[in-house]
Amino acid sequence: MSISAGPANLPLTPSQTIGPFFAIGLPWPDGSFAVPEGAAGAITVTGRVLDVEGEPVADALVETWQAGPDSRFAHPDDPRGGAQPATPGFRGFGRCPTDEHGRYRLVTLRPGPLPCPDGRTEAPHLDVSVFARGLLDRVVTRIYFPDETEANAADPVLSALPDVQRAATLVASATPGAPAGEFTFDIRLRGDQETVFFDV
Amino acid sequence: MTADSRSTAAGELILPQYQRPAGVHPPLNSPAYRSSTLRAPLQPLVPLPQLLTEVTGPLLGAERVTAADADLTTRHSGEPLGERIIVTGRVLDSDGRPVPDTLIEIWQANAAGRYRHQVDDHRAPLDPNFDGAGRCMTDSQGRYRFVTLKPGAYPWKNHLNAWRPAHIHFSLFGRAFTQRLVTQMYFPGDPLFPHDPIFNSVPDPKARERMIASFDLSTTEPEWALGFQWDIVLRGRGATVFESQEDQ
Repeated sequence: MSISAGPANLPLTPSQTIGPFFAIGLPWPDGSFAVPEGAAGAITVTGRVLDVEGEPVADALVETWQAGPDSRFAHPDDPRGGAQPATPGFRGFGRCPTDEHGRYRLVTLRPGPLPCPDGRTEAPHLDVSVFARGLLDRVVTRIYFPDETEANAADPVLSALPDVQRAATLVASATPGAPAGEFTFDIRLRGDQETVFFDV
Repeated sequence: MTADSRSTAAGELILPQYQRPAGVHPPLNSPAYRSSTLRAPLQPLVPLPQLLTEVTGPLLGAERVTAADADLTTRHSGEPLGERIIVTGRVLDSDGRPVPDTLIEIWQANAAGRYRHQVDDHRAPLDPNFDGAGRCMTDSQGRYRFVTLKPGAYPWKNHLNAWRPAHIHFSLFGRAFTQRLVTQMYFPGDPLFPHDPIFNSVPDPKARERMIASFDLSTTEPEWALGFQWDIVLRGRGATVFESQEDQ
């Protein structure tokens, strides 16, 4: 029996706000495209980031991370073996600055369900980090899909939320009047209908 | 697959678990930082188990970075004005392991305290030879190195006569979603520290000190640039993992 590298327990570097000027350094030309626009099976998630007064947050950065449609991650800590993306060009990661209307838009693929250590199954989801002036640390939430009723009901994270109404803030809606595969997900940072945020 | 993540013969997943720091990061609700009162969530955060999505993360960057991106002083035909500095250090996790091959992105004001951004209306000059953005990948030992200018302090409208201490913004990915960090690096001895609600939003004075770089003579290059050292520590996996022969 062996033990991996012992913990040195170095104290962590604290978080600070991203501030109002991150557009100097962080946006990528292809940031919003976890797959190229028009890729087979591409979906879009659009939405607004809103403050306590319902005003758009025009200087937020929304980042997403997710499995591919094959339920795998291109990462060595996926114990099933880090897989290369089944869809060429799929990055798993999206980085979307909001515009003057507080709006972001992500083009990606629909993630597959995921196995959990306890044998349960997570419903398809995206992990989301939101950064903005006024947020001293990122806030973390998740996007689930509206047409996964059964999977969502069995999801260990979603089903553990005590307040059903608040849990609904994590489920995207099909964008009205839009083709299939276009979803809307607004993020309300504070106050009325506040989005559920996680301590990760 | 690393020592901390595996699936057993029975198909059971074993995932690394990252420590959850208490009392390190600023409370989201820090009313002295005025815009937090419009934007920071009021509801308590819900604990999220660290499952597959959380213990993995984007391993991106090398394809986005050239060596020139780490020198913010040579991006234009002329040299930018200001005090040339070298900022270097290591990215580690709290277990003391280096974090290699991870993307670091920085952005900052110029030497006069002005950002090249349309929202910045500080009456200080822009510098045509300075954009204020840089990026690099850590090497196999977690080391990084930037050449830039010392940014100026600048006023903001949080309260009467509010000024930000000089700082450089840093964005890091680490290797897992749990490790993502955006922070600011400060300079030693800044007289604005006691007056800055963002710096002081970190409750523990010792933790605040960890955001301040150290002047380092051995990093300083003669006749060229002052050197500063700053190590960044991301969340580690903490608990040791036992491996038995049967599982290998």
